[in-house]
Amino acid sequence: MQSVTKARVDQLTSPAGHLVAVLRFEGDIASTSKDAVLGTYQALSKETAKLVLLDFTKVDYINSSGIALVIQMMIEASNSGQKVYAFGLSPHFTKVFTMVGITKYAGLFPGQAEALAAL
Amino acid sequence: MSESKSTSVPKTTAVEVRLPSRMGFEKVAMATAAAVAKLVGFHEDRVEDLKTAVAEACINAIEHGNRLNEKLSVGVVLSAGEDWLEVKVIDDGKGLSKQPGKLDKPDIDRKMLGEEDPRGMGMFLIQALVDEAEWVAGTDGKSSYVRLVIRLDKDAE
Repeated sequence: MQSVTKARVDQLTSPAGHLVAVLRFEGDIASTSKDAVLGTYQALSKETAKLVLLDFTKVDYINSSGIALVIQMMIEASNSGQKVYAFGLSPHFTKVFTMVGITKYAGLFPGQAEALAAL
Repeated sequence: MSESKSTSVPKTTAVEVRLPSRMGFEKVAMATAAAVAKLVGFHEDRVEDLKTAVAEACINAIEHGNRLNEKLSVGVVLSAGEDWLEVKVIDDGKGLSKQPGKLDKPDIDRKMLGEEDPRGMGMFLIQALVDEAEWVAGTDGKSSYVRLVIRLDKDAE
């Protein structure tokens, strides 16, 4: 019933010249998304991927279990000296991420161009 | 509201859905609630609030109420008035022993420090996104429900 979460990684360079690992998600972000969210993140090199950018453009549904996975990723990233940012959330999920405090530790941007320009 | 709204939804009307106790089926309740809310005339942002609150209530019913027992189902009853929508999500669990007060915003600092479980935000989201949320324990040790009310005008009452 829950759509399978797909994830892929693009390595980009920001206009400021920093390497950015972009994790692009597609489908639902729910309790079944552990491999897609945490597994994809954990496969990144902790040495080279210092900036992690999450792309939610193709995600329609995120529930509290999915938000918890994002927070788990943020904890691991924080412990590894990485910074996490996100873009492509709908206005509703931007509000939800703000309500639960994620924005204190992960910057949110409307789109990829705005995010890269800030990194 | 437009004429089409008053002709689409009688003064009070109810829609009932039964879900299997399997993760993912909360999306059926979400879609149904969204369809009814649009008929009542809710704006898109309130429909999105309702969808998340209904999803979280159904997930709690599936996971904690019915303990993922697929022999049990979750009942979702939507009652719509002219400017409000009530949703009851019913499971076969014992329910909460007492009504939770207004829940605090999740402590993201404690979560980031590993001092608090990253999970456990569902009830907070429900309370924050609808106008009323009430948890009622079943008198027979089952048939517990959460009752949500969302209004067209968020500041009404």
